[in-house]
Amino acid sequence: MNLTLRVWRQKNANSPGRFETYEARNILEDMSFLEMLDVVNEELIQRGQEPIAFDSDCREGICGMCSLVINGIPHGGRRGTATCQLHMRHFKDGDTITIEPWRARAFPLIKDLVVDRSAFDRIIQAGGFISVNTGGTPDGNAIPVPKPDADAAMDAAACIGCGACVAVCKNASAMLFVAAKVSHLNLLPQGKVEKDRRALNMVRQMDAEGFGNCTVTGSCEAVCPKEISLSFIAKLNRDYGLATLKGK
Amino acid sequence: MTLDSKIPSGPIAQKWDKHRFDLKLVNPANKRKFEILVVGSGLAGASAAATLGELGYRVKCFCFQDSPRRAHSIAAQGGINAAKNYQNDGDSIYRLFYDTIKGGDFRAREANVYRLAQVSVNIIDQCVAQGVPFAREYGGLLANRSFGGAQVSRTFYARGQTGQQLLLGAYQALCRQISLGTVQMYPRTEMLDLVVIDGHAKGIVVRDLISGRISSHAGDAVVLATGGYGNVFFLSTNAKGSNVTATWRAYKKGAFFANPCYTQIHPTCIPVSGEHQSKLTLMSESLRNDGRVWVPKRKEDCGKPPTSIPESDRDYYLERKYPSFGNLAPRDISSRAAKEVCDEGRGVGPGGLGVYLDFADAIRRLGVDKIRERYGNLFDMYEKITGENAYETPMRIYPAVHYTMGGTWVDYNLMSTIPGLFVIGEANFSDHGANRLGASALMQGLADGYFILPYTIGHYFASSKQFRPPTDHPEFRKSEEEIRAMTNRLLSVRGKRTVTSLHRELGKLLWEKCGMARNEAGLREALRRIPELRDEFCRTVNVTGESGELNQALEYAGRVADFMEFAELLCLDALHREESCGGHFRTEHQTPDGEAKRNDDQFAYVAAWEYKGPDRQPEMHREPLIYEEVQMSTRSYK
Ligand SMILES: Cc1cc2nc3c(=O)[nH]c(=O)nc-3n(C[C@H](O)[C@H](O)[C@H](O)COP(=O)(O)OP(=O)(O)OC[C@H]3O[C@@H](n4cnc5c(N)ncnc54)[C@H](O)[C@@H]3O)c2cc1C
Repeated sequence: MNLTLRVWRQKNANSPGRFETYEARNILEDMSFLEMLDVVNEELIQRGQEPIAFDSDCREGICGMCSLVINGIPHGGRRGTATCQLHMRHFKDGDTITIEPWRARAFPLIKDLVVDRSAFDRIIQAGGFISVNTGGTPDGNAIPVPKPDADAAMDAAACIGCGACVAVCKNASAMLFVAAKVSHLNLLPQGKVEKDRRALNMVRQMDAEGFGNCTVTGSCEAVCPKEISLSFIAKLNRDYGLATLKGK
Repeated sequence: MTLDSKIPSGPIAQKWDKHRFDLKLVNPANKRKFEILVVGSGLAGASAAATLGELGYRVKCFCFQDSPRRAHSIAAQGGINAAKNYQNDGDSIYRLFYDTIKGGDFRAREANVYRLAQVSVNIIDQCVAQGVPFAREYGGLLANRSFGGAQVSRTFYARGQTGQQLLLGAYQALCRQISLGTVQMYPRTEMLDLVVIDGHAKGIVVRDLISGRISSHAGDAVVLATGGYGNVFFLSTNAKGSNVTATWRAYKKGAFFANPCYTQIHPTCIPVSGEHQSKLTLMSESLRNDGRVWVPKRKEDCGKPPTSIPESDRDYYLERKYPSFGNLAPRDISSRAAKEVCDEGRGVGPGGLGVYLDFADAIRRLGVDKIRERYGNLFDMYEKITGENAYETPMRIYPAVHYTMGGTWVDYNLMSTIPGLFVIGEANFSDHGANRLGASALMQGLADGYFILPYTIGHYFASSKQFRPPTDHPEFRKSEEEIRAMTNRLLSVRGKRTVTSLHRELGKLLWEKCGMARNEAGLREALRRIPELRDEFCRTVNVTGESGELNQALEYAGRVADFMEFAELLCLDALHREESCGGHFRTEHQTPDGEAKRNDDQFAYVAAWEYKGPDRQPEMHREPLIYEEVQMSTRSYK
């Protein structure tokens, strides 16, 4: 199939950006979306032009490195699918596809479709861990964890930190990301010890990074490639509220 | 130079204990005087950086992704082994040790492997304490499965995302140290050279991938945790960015490279669909617990819909050839068996390069819900990529390059032949011999990072002279200049070929001549073609853009330039090893029924290659492998 691409090009954070139009020719339906961009980039290089910069690494939907807003929707809008797992069989000959970077104040643009998501790392650094050092830990089976709790913790822990939740949100809120990590750890007995501190510190950092407020529209859940549930935001609000009440 | 593996004396079960006692300690108050550069933030690098930070050292950690959490370890699916014997099925440290030695086809060091099995139990405890959400039984205790050719259930897992959860555990520990100020993190930073001063590793030269700035970092020791080199084959299950640059450049500074020809080809990957393919996707080996592998008995049936082929016309070749292990035969054996039936013309799917992995029996026996519960995410992934529903029609799979057992040579302390340079995780060669068992790479990465390196590095500090050079030392300057020159060279060619096309050509050549089966003629041809291709790369590569900015084409070109050199060493090693062992199958050396034939008299050693200069043959050094505990035997899974 042949496609027309409208791609956001921007040399760096300080230069203005604009849409450029490219033709993607002889695209096969077995190609992934990123492989389609590889083809376009190969042609650009052949013509001596600079290829389109975009992030990707594992290309199987788990590292969270890839991004892209495709036709207005982060990761292209197929349920539970990251951009790297999106295949061209979902497009048809003659389509025009618009490709943009994540846009959010807390994710400054670096080049073309590449943005800086280090704000997420700083949120984890603020409390997204359990404070144990290596060594001296009890036997793995010393603390039984009810299976439903372990399963729920895993549901939350599945977050890949890609930032689609922020990119889709009209307020660029990072609540789903923060809620997923707080829930993962707070649901487990090992994480309960620091439950309050964690919720408070991570939310404080989230605000400091310039993410917006959550108005629970649910768009984040809809685009999340790991289908992280909105209910974790309710849990975060609960944990945060309780921690505030305790005045920690 | 003679290789000293520094294996401690004494009975195998006491070596590590004794060694830990013999290792010198660094006074806690002195630890903060030492600065350690950890390159890599995968399971090995993140666990090491976090633990070293906790101990009080000052650590800098580097990775090329935008966050340490995205290291390639994140993609591991199946699980991590540990000799906990929670299932009471007869597992023990000794059994895990024995299985790993045998699985490695008697080409690994006994002492290292025993230690790995010993610390495996601590890893699980550590990860649980960090909040890794391992699968659990209804009673609340940890669940296990059997994996990758093991006859006991010793694999711990977190759905199909074990690597992700273990890495997030290590990443979170790392984040805690970053917030405490003991570790400084440098994401989007690529190490391009190792700096050696007075014979010791004293620093690295890096490129900031956003600004393009080349700069130096000095340290009291350097730790490489930079992963495997499977991408030399172009197509592999590795992440796009995985590369050999760090260990290759260390090799050129004097760190011997061991057993580069030991590469693992994983039997269950989604087959290649066309030229455009940028990487291959693994379907977890756990699928072989319930799936049955087959091809049609007759070539004529290969084009028919699989469900229309009656039982009597199917060849369940693994069950037929290896009745006691059946579909769970180890990776190297299963991969070769798949290649064999495809070579006979009985392969299925495009190009005849595929075999069926069929769940119909399991679904009949256990119900579709049970199968969905066990493998749902894998079936979904398969459908996303192929557009086929594997609940209704068998999956098609084919072997793909997956893991590299070879790597930088290290001694028992995980130190390379350059004092002060330590290498951990997949980047070293240490524990898997000629073939790695499933769920053992995660174990090794975390063993190295959490429980081994933090002890052994202290001994190095305590027993060598302390000296950290300034980064304007002439050696740093020289390295920086070389890197700048190399970068400018790549950017100035502006030839006709893209990096991808050259890389793809190299990969194809290696896959054909040095892939699942190798022989002398093919290897000699590869050794003739690789320098030609390298030359073509230098003359015709087209790298666009500039050096002082984010330039992904340039990053990629640098990595491929190193693959172009490294490929030659890989083939040289494969050519010299006149035997078949594990992942290294030389067609000249096989039994009448096509099984690998080892030659213990002549090849029971580690081949460690020393760089001798750009136009000279590297020199091979041998580290003999001495088996005191386990009797070397023919590996049979029949
Ligand atoms: C698809 C897949 C599934 C797997 N499943 C399993 C499994 O179920 N069980 C199992 O035991 N094993 C599995 N493995 C193998 C296992 O995942 C890897 O061997 C292991 O994770 C490697 O960890 P590592 O820390 O050594 O390296 P990696 O995780 O590869 O990390 C390398 C790090 O080095 C950095 N780096 C590399 N070069 C440079 C440079 N020049 N400068 C700066 N930084 C650099 C990278 O940024 C990264 O942070 C799987 C592998 C694959 C590909």
